[in-house]
Amino acid sequence: MSFKDIYSKYKDMELDKILREISKTRVEMALDKEYPDENDYLALLSPAAESYLEPMARKAHELTVRNFGRAIVLYTPLYLSDYCSNKCIYCGFRADNSFDRKKLTYEEVEKEGKAISKTDIRHILILTGESEKHTDLEYLKNCVKILKKYFSSITVEIYPMTTEGYKELVTEGVDGLTIYQETYDEDIYHKVHLKGPKRDYDFRLDAPERGLEAGIRRINIGALFGLSPWRKEAFFTGLHAWYLQNKYTEAEVYISFPRLRPFKGEDLDYIHRVTDKNMVQMMLASRLFLPRVGLNLSTREAPELRENLLPLGVTRMSAGSVTAVGGYSGEDSGVEQFEVADHRSVDEIKSLLLKHRYQPVLKDWEMLS
Amino acid sequence: MDTFKIGGKELKSRLIVGTGKYPRKSMISEVIKSSGTEVITLALRRVDINSEDENILNYIDDSCVLMPNTSGATTADEAVKIARIAKAAGCGDWVKIEVIKDNKFLLPDNYETLKASETLVKEGFKVFPYVTPELAVAKELENVGVEAVMPLGAPIGTNKGLETRELIKILISEINLPIIVDAGIGRPSQAAEAMELGCEAVMVNTAIATSQDPPLMADAFGRGVEAGRKAFLAKNPQVKDKAEASSPLTGFLSED
Repeated sequence: MSFKDIYSKYKDMELDKILREISKTRVEMALDKEYPDENDYLALLSPAAESYLEPMARKAHELTVRNFGRAIVLYTPLYLSDYCSNKCIYCGFRADNSFDRKKLTYEEVEKEGKAISKTDIRHILILTGESEKHTDLEYLKNCVKILKKYFSSITVEIYPMTTEGYKELVTEGVDGLTIYQETYDEDIYHKVHLKGPKRDYDFRLDAPERGLEAGIRRINIGALFGLSPWRKEAFFTGLHAWYLQNKYTEAEVYISFPRLRPFKGEDLDYIHRVTDKNMVQMMLASRLFLPRVGLNLSTREAPELRENLLPLGVTRMSAGSVTAVGGYSGEDSGVEQFEVADHRSVDEIKSLLLKHRYQPVLKDWEMLS
Repeated sequence: MDTFKIGGKELKSRLIVGTGKYPRKSMISEVIKSSGTEVITLALRRVDINSEDENILNYIDDSCVLMPNTSGATTADEAVKIARIAKAAGCGDWVKIEVIKDNKFLLPDNYETLKASETLVKEGFKVFPYVTPELAVAKELENVGVEAVMPLGAPIGTNKGLETRELIKILISEINLPIIVDAGIGRPSQAAEAMELGCEAVMVNTAIATSQDPPLMADAFGRGVEAGRKAFLAKNPQVKDKAEASSPLTGFLSED
């Protein structure tokens, strides 16, 4: 059985109607359970659950502190390249946006890696636009080889690969994989991904599983909230995490909740805006359904909101984010993929966490090769 | 009070404290002080030996014995690698084996733990395996030559106390090694209870680290463990399940 089977089981159900008809009593029942199931999760995502955000928040906070402690793991993203062969209507890196594309040379990768490692952060997330031509497996492997000198954990956020491709990266020292489905709604998926290999919904959907088969230990999934109605999107994201956690019991599973931010060439017509309140509800519901799944807080959110979201279940966040290629060593800044709301440096994020009684964890894994 | 002889050391305190989950790293030194603990566990994967600011060892008093753990290991091989890295990094030769394949409930894999323990004992480590309380595995571990057996009281982080009480009692009775309850202890009274049963020590992390005032809670745990040990030494009279019959059934037997 693959996740597609589970997805297919739910996708034809009238989820909107089911969600609307969930009663307050049903929400209370879900809130009381020690081991909630997928139906309880749906209840916690329902409109009726909006009246229970405070008790949900208390339980989410308590579960998170018990499971993860008063500690938040920090990582820094590094953009290797902004070449892309896809046409996603919501993204500044899309193939038909014309700007001077850039890909870091190995010298530049070394320089950026060194600059980031001075902050003592030992987890790095390397990202590329999705162009296999410009950032092929060889290039990625060489970048990992360089960065291994400075970091104890390397996560990739790149185009979906075959199991064999992921295996080669794991052998080189990659231990984490971030891949967002963007939207679980197949029709919308095809509407917003106009051209390029990314149009293959199934190949992307199974990528997390291929990564785990290949020996990845930390998997981070998510949807780009705003592309479709959020309750269903959050439901499928949680189900996906639940499926992966049950099948790959040794893996660390993470969920992110990125919301669409303003981007170059934005067209507002198709956007389903997700309010802060909606965002809080989906984070809380996910924590209650999946107490051991890590929640990753995006840099896309504004500082004040990030601070308020901290105690609701967050276990991991980025610090020192620059979304332009070559942004850390201060040379050749390219075009930013999207607008980052929180520009604070690693030191600022560290003191912010400490102020809220959270320990910033700069190292959480030791490379064993 | 009697001393606690373990792993070639003689200790006063029978409380082992963990270093994870605190609101700041520096709080660990306050916790060590107030609890009186002399053994500190730490996840090797979180130690950054090369960093001056971020090195957790800065906050651990030299007089404490370090017990690096292999948290993050999902196989015996990984646990062995982590133990070797810890030793090479100067963390001593004590190691707590944690092999966990199940990230949902964090229950230990006894089989892989046994394999790793066997290898590491041969390499000269003082091995402290964290296990689900199971007599057969505990006996094997005893044969292999570990220093103590560390069964869980309840799943990590749950603060539920001695849910595995009956199994732990069997280990105490059948295994000729110190039994140290690790995981699940949520209150000082539960730590006292474990000590009254005859455990040699108790390991606590979440309950201290996530409390509102960790140094104060650490103090409470130190005292709980001490109280339980004293009660055990004083031969805590057994609580009787049923009232004793006023006319004993064997009263007719004469002394001759």
